[in-house]
Amino acid sequence: MAHAYTPGLKVTEQTVIHKTRRLPLLGEVLVKEGDLVTPEMVVATTNIPGNPQTINVANQLGIEAEDVEGVMVKKQGDQIKKGDRIAYYKAFFGLMKKEVLSPIDGYVEMVSPVTGQVALREPPIPVQIEAYVKGRVSSVIPKEGVVIETKGAFIQGIFGVGGEVQGVIKCLAKSQDYVLDAADIKPEHKGCIVVGGSLVTGAALKKCAEYGVKGAVAGGIVDTDLISYLGYDIGVAITGHEDVPTTVIITEGFGKITMAAKTYNLLRDLDGWVASINGATQIRAGVMRPEIIVPDYVPKHKAVDAAAYAEGMVPGTPIRIIREPYFGLVAEVVELPPELQMIDTESHVRILKAKLASGEIVTIPRANVEIIEG
Amino acid sequence: MSETKHEAKFQLDREINSILATDCGSTTTKAILIEKVGDEYRLIHRGEAPTTVEAPFEDVTAGARNAIRELEELTGKKFLSDEGVITPRQPDGSGVDIFLSTSSAGGGLQMMVAGVIKIMTAESAQRAALGAGAIVMDTISIDDGRLPHQKIQRIRHLRPDMILLSGGIDGGTITHVAQIAELISAAEPKPRLGIGFKLPVIYAGNTAARKYIKDILSEKTDLREVDNLRPVLEKEVLGPAREEIHNLFMEHVMAQAPGYNKLMKWTPVPIMPTPGAVGLGMQNAAREHNMSVIGVDIGGATTDVFSVFGDDFELFNRTVSANLGMSYSICNVLLEAGVANIMRWVPFDIDEGDLRNRIRNKMVRPTTVPQTQDDLIIEQAISREALRLAFEHHKSLAVGLRGIQQARDAGSAFDQTLTGQSHIDLMKLGMLIGSGGVLSHAPRRVQSVIMMLDAFQPEGVTQLAVDSIFMMPQLGVLSTVHPKASAQVFDRDCLIRLGTAIAPVGPGREGQETMRVKVTYADGKVVEETSTFGTIKALPLAVGETAEVEIHPGRSFDIGHGAGHRATITAKGGTDGIILDSRGRRPFSLPDDKATRIKKLVGWFDSMNVYPPETIARLKKAN
Repeated sequence: MAHAYTPGLKVTEQTVIHKTRRLPLLGEVLVKEGDLVTPEMVVATTNIPGNPQTINVANQLGIEAEDVEGVMVKKQGDQIKKGDRIAYYKAFFGLMKKEVLSPIDGYVEMVSPVTGQVALREPPIPVQIEAYVKGRVSSVIPKEGVVIETKGAFIQGIFGVGGEVQGVIKCLAKSQDYVLDAADIKPEHKGCIVVGGSLVTGAALKKCAEYGVKGAVAGGIVDTDLISYLGYDIGVAITGHEDVPTTVIITEGFGKITMAAKTYNLLRDLDGWVASINGATQIRAGVMRPEIIVPDYVPKHKAVDAAAYAEGMVPGTPIRIIREPYFGLVAEVVELPPELQMIDTESHVRILKAKLASGEIVTIPRANVEIIEG
Repeated sequence: MSETKHEAKFQLDREINSILATDCGSTTTKAILIEKVGDEYRLIHRGEAPTTVEAPFEDVTAGARNAIRELEELTGKKFLSDEGVITPRQPDGSGVDIFLSTSSAGGGLQMMVAGVIKIMTAESAQRAALGAGAIVMDTISIDDGRLPHQKIQRIRHLRPDMILLSGGIDGGTITHVAQIAELISAAEPKPRLGIGFKLPVIYAGNTAARKYIKDILSEKTDLREVDNLRPVLEKEVLGPAREEIHNLFMEHVMAQAPGYNKLMKWTPVPIMPTPGAVGLGMQNAAREHNMSVIGVDIGGATTDVFSVFGDDFELFNRTVSANLGMSYSICNVLLEAGVANIMRWVPFDIDEGDLRNRIRNKMVRPTTVPQTQDDLIIEQAISREALRLAFEHHKSLAVGLRGIQQARDAGSAFDQTLTGQSHIDLMKLGMLIGSGGVLSHAPRRVQSVIMMLDAFQPEGVTQLAVDSIFMMPQLGVLSTVHPKASAQVFDRDCLIRLGTAIAPVGPGREGQETMRVKVTYADGKVVEETSTFGTIKALPLAVGETAEVEIHPGRSFDIGHGAGHRATITAKGGTDGIILDSRGRRPFSLPDDKATRIKKLVGWFDSMNVYPPETIARLKKAN
């Protein structure tokens, strides 16, 4: 393949971001192209059919399924309240009386003469889609949703848990390898997104939950700390729907791993800015990485030419090594030999030579590095 | 489990000398070029490119074009025009005679199945869906232990591509199947793709209930009717349901997936779901080689297992373990197998926390490759467990019809067997075929041998092979229009023969003689070898060669003809020759004591040259 390396995660001070906000079913779009939106603004809405309940009326009344229609007090389509009598049956000249009461508010959807079942349905459930980021509606997808455009800082993590939240960034890390622990988290961080360096500990996450911290960002997390935080183990890399009080984003990987300088420096500069973050990660088809978006952020540094990365790696490209034996280290590409080379495992793969921060030159499979993108 | 052959709707109207076929996988699109060389069809080149179903491309043909462009570069020929693949081959040499494709991109085919009784109609529906190449997201039945509202919630929550509904024998009771239909109706399920579209539901149940099913489901779903897949209890007819699944896959799933409308116009043959095509390839292999076959494809997210058994190879089964894989789902292997089961294959000490973090990091960065021997050993240890679990899953589903009356004569009255017996008989297994990155691309072929032996535990005499570059999907779909070309390429270019394994079954003690073998090579050379319990070793027999092997098992050991009974076989050669695996079957066990276990593993790896001598020396020294 022409590009065998992993495309890097985006860490940029300023870029144009498009977020598609789509309803699960067809519905109504509440904004129009060009409208300015704030994160909590509802941009589209729809109604999901209410929860259904089935009752086997024939069984409850002890009658044949085909006789159910005749004993229904409420007919198909009728509105019902919880406790309403929906079916009534008497036999033996009224000596034996039985009834079925509705367990819900809603309406009678179906009466089956085949099975004797009656389906009741609760009122429709309204679903609203919020803008999630501050920006402008760049296009409307009729009846489905909108695309919102915003300009600002954008950081992708490698893995996250928890859904979309907004909050003020508080960079608590004093360095790239700072360990964010319980003592760092204070009550005043309520509603904030706290940033650590190489690790966020399980105890820190516990404190975040206790004080109502919206999000926590760090280089790494220990596998068992994540399991205790969630209360269960994750088998497949599809996340974002976890019911957790604090959304967690890790930027480098599992274990204690120093946050890349570029990511750390940008997060430090973003201290005090309002960010929209999402821990949702999906590493199968349709790759989705967790993200930190800070609309309107004005870069402090000279912009890096994005085209510099368009052609992939060249000597001088900053990279992150993403597998043992140099896992987590940042390096610079020195040489990109075109031919396949045998590595220690005896596999023949495309490799590159890279210079580590220590000055050592090492050989690494190209599949085991990612570009630190701007 | 009768399997109807995929009906080719396309008739060849020209002589086929060149074939181009793509498989659009979830991450990579693979293209192969087959040409007639003399009297034989051979693989000429292959190309690959990232699949482009997702944003920002959202057009599967972009990836297919890139993969085909690699073939153009390699051959110097032109295969593409603005309209697609040029067919037939032009006088100037451009184009090919036919283009074909399979696909599992965008999540493949995801189905939910429902039936009345879990181990009867619901199980038949599950087999129909799996055999057609689907991932079965859930199986709903009256007796699945869930309350009606829980089933409704589950159906609502899932967004499958389609539902297969079965239940009842023809003319039997309609109440129960109607009840399941009412649950589906109440749930108002929505399809995964195509907002605003109705969900396709295939009804393959009691024909007498069709009217009622129509009343219940026709308004809310896109209802299709096919023949009952259990017309009588003793018979399972899966063909019509599978055919309709393939039709709907084309009409609904493919038509909704980005760019497929274009790709469908490139080929006169329906695009098949990748696993469905692989299943066809496995069935063809069984018939072609006249032996039962087990095939496995271990991917990043899922592991598919196929088996073809029976006197006429009529017992075809496919299962997909949707969450057992070597990258995206690797943490699920850890979760299901447990750390201890993975660690038992690792011949050195590693901190459990370190191992767990490594596995998680593979999950979040799935395209990385092991760079060190230790990392490779760990990855291959995980793969053994993924394969083992997937095979366990397969064995649980590859069973005969359950809950039925069996006609018996007086002679069989004392030999009664239960219904629902497994179709998998490892002693009768002829060939084990491995596929997927960890097996096809292992740095040493013997590593694939040992991974497959450890995970599947084949018994008696079994040929081992790997699919060299995973072209089984393309060859499967090719077999529907040109079986000869498919068979020739399969045998000559697709399979890499690893060798013939001989594994005696029976309890033994360390050092006990399990078998003596006498190998007579084609040049008349004779080699005699004695194998002892707890050991594994290989005798050379190169790819393409055969040898007569007389096997004399020890008194308590069986190689397929009863304990102690000798046999003479013709062994097929391979990269690792004839493998005498006397490490134990039924049971196979590893020592509980860590030091003893590690010593044992290192001994086996040393004897079979599984890892380089310096790695073996280091492992020996460390222990």
